[in-house]
Amino acid sequence: MTMRLLSSLSTLAATLALTACASAPTELRGTGDLGVVIERAAGRVQIVEHSHDSSLGNVDGLGDLSHAHVVFSRDGRYAYVFGRDGGLTKVDLLTRRIAKRIIQAGNSIGGSVSQDGRLIVAQNYQPGGIKAFDADTLELLSEVPAEYAPGKFSRVVGLADVPGQRFAYALFDAGEIWVSDFSDPRKPVTTRYPAGKQPYDGLVTPDGRYFLAGLFGEDGISLLDLWHPEAGSRKILSGYGRGEEKLPVFKMPHLRGWSLAAGQAWLPAVGHHEVLVADARSWQETARIPVKGQPVFVMARPDGRQVWVNFAFPDNEWVQVIDTVEKRVIHTFSPGKAVLHLEFTPRGEEVWLSSRDSNRVTVVDTASFAVRKELPADAPSGIFFTSRAQRIGF
Amino acid sequence: MDRSLLIHVAVLLGLTALAVSAAPAAEPAPTPERQQTLVHMVRQDCGSCHGMRLAGGLGPALLPERLAELPDEALVATILNGRPGTAMPGWNRFMDEAEASWIVARLKEGFPSLQ
Repeated sequence: MTMRLLSSLSTLAATLALTACASAPTELRGTGDLGVVIERAAGRVQIVEHSHDSSLGNVDGLGDLSHAHVVFSRDGRYAYVFGRDGGLTKVDLLTRRIAKRIIQAGNSIGGSVSQDGRLIVAQNYQPGGIKAFDADTLELLSEVPAEYAPGKFSRVVGLADVPGQRFAYALFDAGEIWVSDFSDPRKPVTTRYPAGKQPYDGLVTPDGRYFLAGLFGEDGISLLDLWHPEAGSRKILSGYGRGEEKLPVFKMPHLRGWSLAAGQAWLPAVGHHEVLVADARSWQETARIPVKGQPVFVMARPDGRQVWVNFAFPDNEWVQVIDTVEKRVIHTFSPGKAVLHLEFTPRGEEVWLSSRDSNRVTVVDTASFAVRKELPADAPSGIFFTSRAQRIGF
Repeated sequence: MDRSLLIHVAVLLGLTALAVSAAPAAEPAPTPERQQTLVHMVRQDCGSCHGMRLAGGLGPALLPERLAELPDEALVATILNGRPGTAMPGWNRFMDEAEASWIVARLKEGFPSLQ
């Protein structure tokens, strides 16, 4: 009797559990394996998870998502999606709903989250500058217009959070690096450093010490030691293209803290079919690795043993893998047409690659290079996992 | 010979020359398939700097109100050869002059959406 009652109770419980699953997302779950895939033309994101490599659902209505960027709240629950049209949308990854949405600028390319997680900072082209928002309410707290000369505003690139509630970024039109301290979020204090001609993007090393701004208008990288800011910025890898004709650049490369691996910095050469390698202490060039096209993303697997590279149009169907000890390409393949982005799982056993023109995301095993899964997606671009919330400079 | 006749002839010749140079290029329009490829290229690949909605980014906006004042030939030349000193590359490896002219005409009237 008791047994029968128990068994029918457990059947009932199972039925209820199934019902709960079907009407997700009421099921209790963590967020450490969640992520966001941008569907750029549709103005939509997919919420995905990498424990079983699946898509959980969509969130619509995010505006123009060309060059969209995503950062995460430190609890991994909310994704802040920056759209090209200046939209800033706070998406709840668990309920898969928009928690808050504002239009904060006319033209934006991304943003960052402060060390303490309380500030969301957007980097804008129009109006040129950065703006700080309360992470909970998206209330505007302050802004730093990128006015580098009276009445002249620069487009801002390469924004990165650095320790001490500071943000480092570069001014494309001014050729400068600025560091703004938001210790008082309503009264930021900004310091300016010369960078070089047309910085196109920036990165901070994973320890938060060095800010690097890649230069488009000249061959080289501008380096600022944030532990010794009084020493100012300096040029590294100057003239890496000397004696070779620079090729036309059909897509700007991207930089981020994933460039550091095996004690070296792995950086795209602008206008050359090469990855540049520099010692991450002396910042002297140690190698140049010939690759299939002009690199866009040069990303180290989290353990640093491999560096994965995708390429600018017209070589953007290819992906190459570099072994960081042998410093040579060990694998070349095409996961689809127009590969725009890739993202490693937190410990790097797999990588997700988006193929815009093949309308899919491909999950690849980084040890065997076997395809683990293909997920359909509408013209996917950026892929962002919540593990970014715990890293400096993401 | 009458002076006024000469002037008339000269004016007529001048007008004819003007009419010829103002006439649209005689090159045939791209095939419908090629047009789709060009629309895709402009929205997606040019869009990585100019924005998918062509409202600008690292590159300037390519919307009709901004392009209206600029001569077609200058825009075609910019597409094909790029602009030194800026991030704009030349795209002549990927299209010919007739195709660049077709793109300029579409940009000036409001560019087609992706299929």
